[in-house]
Amino acid sequence: MSSEVDPIISVRGLTKTYATGFQALRGIDLEIRRGEIFALLGPNGAGKSTLINIICGIVNPGTGTVLVDGHDVVRDYRLARQAIGLVPQELHTDMFERVRDTVAFSRGLFGRPPDTAFIERVLRQVSLWDKRDAKIMTLSGGMKRRVMLAKALAHEPRILFLDEPTAGVDVELRRGMWDLVRNLRAEGVTIILTTHYIEEAEEMADRIGIINHGEIRLVDDTAALLQKLGRRELRLQLQQPLAALPPALAGLPLQLAGDGNELVYAFDASGGGTGIAGLLAALQAQGIEFRDLATRESSLEDIFVGLLREGARS
Amino acid sequence: MNLHGVRAIYHFELSRWFRTLGQSIAAPVISTSLYFIVFGAAIGARMGQVEGVSFGAFIVPGLVMLTLLTESISNASFGIHMPRFSGTIYEVLSAPVSAFEVVLGYVGAAATKSVLLGLLILATARLFVPYTIAHPFLMVIFLVLTAVTFCLFGFIIGIWADGFEKLQVIPVLVVTPLAFLGGSFYSISMLPPVWQKVALLNPVVYLVSGFRWSFFETADVGVGVSLAMMGLFLTLCLAAIWWIFRTGYRLKS
Ligand SMILES: Nc1ncnc2c1ncn2[C@@H]1O[C@H](COP(=O)(O)OP(=O)(O)O)[C@@H](O)[C@H]1O
Ligand SMILES: [Mg+2]
Repeated sequence: MSSEVDPIISVRGLTKTYATGFQALRGIDLEIRRGEIFALLGPNGAGKSTLINIICGIVNPGTGTVLVDGHDVVRDYRLARQAIGLVPQELHTDMFERVRDTVAFSRGLFGRPPDTAFIERVLRQVSLWDKRDAKIMTLSGGMKRRVMLAKALAHEPRILFLDEPTAGVDVELRRGMWDLVRNLRAEGVTIILTTHYIEEAEEMADRIGIINHGEIRLVDDTAALLQKLGRRELRLQLQQPLAALPPALAGLPLQLAGDGNELVYAFDASGGGTGIAGLLAALQAQGIEFRDLATRESSLEDIFVGLLREGARS
Repeated sequence: MNLHGVRAIYHFELSRWFRTLGQSIAAPVISTSLYFIVFGAAIGARMGQVEGVSFGAFIVPGLVMLTLLTESISNASFGIHMPRFSGTIYEVLSAPVSAFEVVLGYVGAAATKSVLLGLLILATARLFVPYTIAHPFLMVIFLVLTAVTFCLFGFIIGIWADGFEKLQVIPVLVVTPLAFLGGSFYSISMLPPVWQKVALLNPVVYLVSGFRWSFFETADVGVGVSLAMMGLFLTLCLAAIWWIFRTGYRLKS
């Protein structure tokens, strides 16, 4: 992983073991660039929330360091936290408070002087201005989520964490959320969101980090990951199943699938040589015969699943 | 120092109280009135004097303390337990506020309520019995110190409790008995000698005694001892809270 010039968040060797003895993070190294939308993509239980909650101060870190704009989240927690707004995964709101009061509360809590004009702006931004005097308990789930977003934005943070912002949110609201996130980025806010929806990461993010079992498996520009969509696969149906790949083939981008009945060869269709001729020659030399072959494009989903399998094996 | 943050918490807590102002005030006023009707008027009329003070007047400081202790603990414990229960505590934990500022906001608000309630009960009591306050300044100091100390204690209970039942356990099983046995309604010199010694193990005795001294200049233990014991209890509570925030006990996993 290359080191960024001036990361706004820098996580080094971060581990976390919960009181239950469960190790949720196993040495995370991650740098978030200033002004980007970064998607942390991973299945449930991967450690996404744990990572975010440590950066935001809700969970105690194990070993390792987290710097937010150069400030250590434990030692210089005030400066670090002032920069951050968080919308946690679960919906937690007061019931009896009025919308604008709860947003004003958040602003004060984060050390900012009262500013009714700014509160109005935020409430308009999340389309809640007409609900400003409503008690939170009278709002729908989607509105409550937007209240939490308004609270997170109330102190004008430079970094916004959205933990599964669109989980359980209908399509229209999801679109609205995405538009809002893009507008915030245009204003210079760095956004880190977690999701287990690939489309969401693909649609929103400048870069994607894939996390599983408490480890970052891959970080890449979304564009680069999408280019891997252009990767193709050659699938060979074998005559005889293989228990394992012969060592002679180990250097090739080959995988065994379908209980050893299938060989999957990944190649880059956009480049010059595909290497298929070499592959076929190598197979022949090993005496591996096949009865059928087909090519197909791999999707980001496949890349993702492949990475996770790799993770599960290691 | 994040003063905006302290103010936000303080204001939030007080406005929660003001939303239910009616019941917040009615309950203690009604129960105090009942005590005076039963103990002051009905029984007190036959009791004569305790240490040179009419029984009705004698129980005023004890009654104020009784309410102060129970209300302080229940207000402060509920104030911090509620956001833990509802999950909204995430915001306080992620905010640039120190442990001291969090405690200042929550405990400050709860103690404010307690002091106001204490004064309200004193005013209510005045409707039933005439009494004078020999040392008003010291009386207020005792009132504020007790409110702060027991709000801190309540704050600890609110963090320790992992359900609303436990929130009730300490006040009902520990504080109310100690308050009743702590000389709220009698001088411990009225007890048999052995029980007088036992009573000295009860921290509430020192509160009530010192508080009563500020009214009538009669006390079970010296005023200095009362103040020292309060200081000790306050220090214990502060130490416990310091430990809670240092370890994240029940707040952070
Ligand atoms: N407070 C906790 N105590 C013990 N284990 C926890 C706690 N919180 C989360 N975990 C475990 O840590 C793992 C990662 O959880 P989490 O970070 O919430 O994952 P994600 O957000 O990616 O779904 C899960 O296996 C979860 O069960
Ligand atoms: Mg999560």
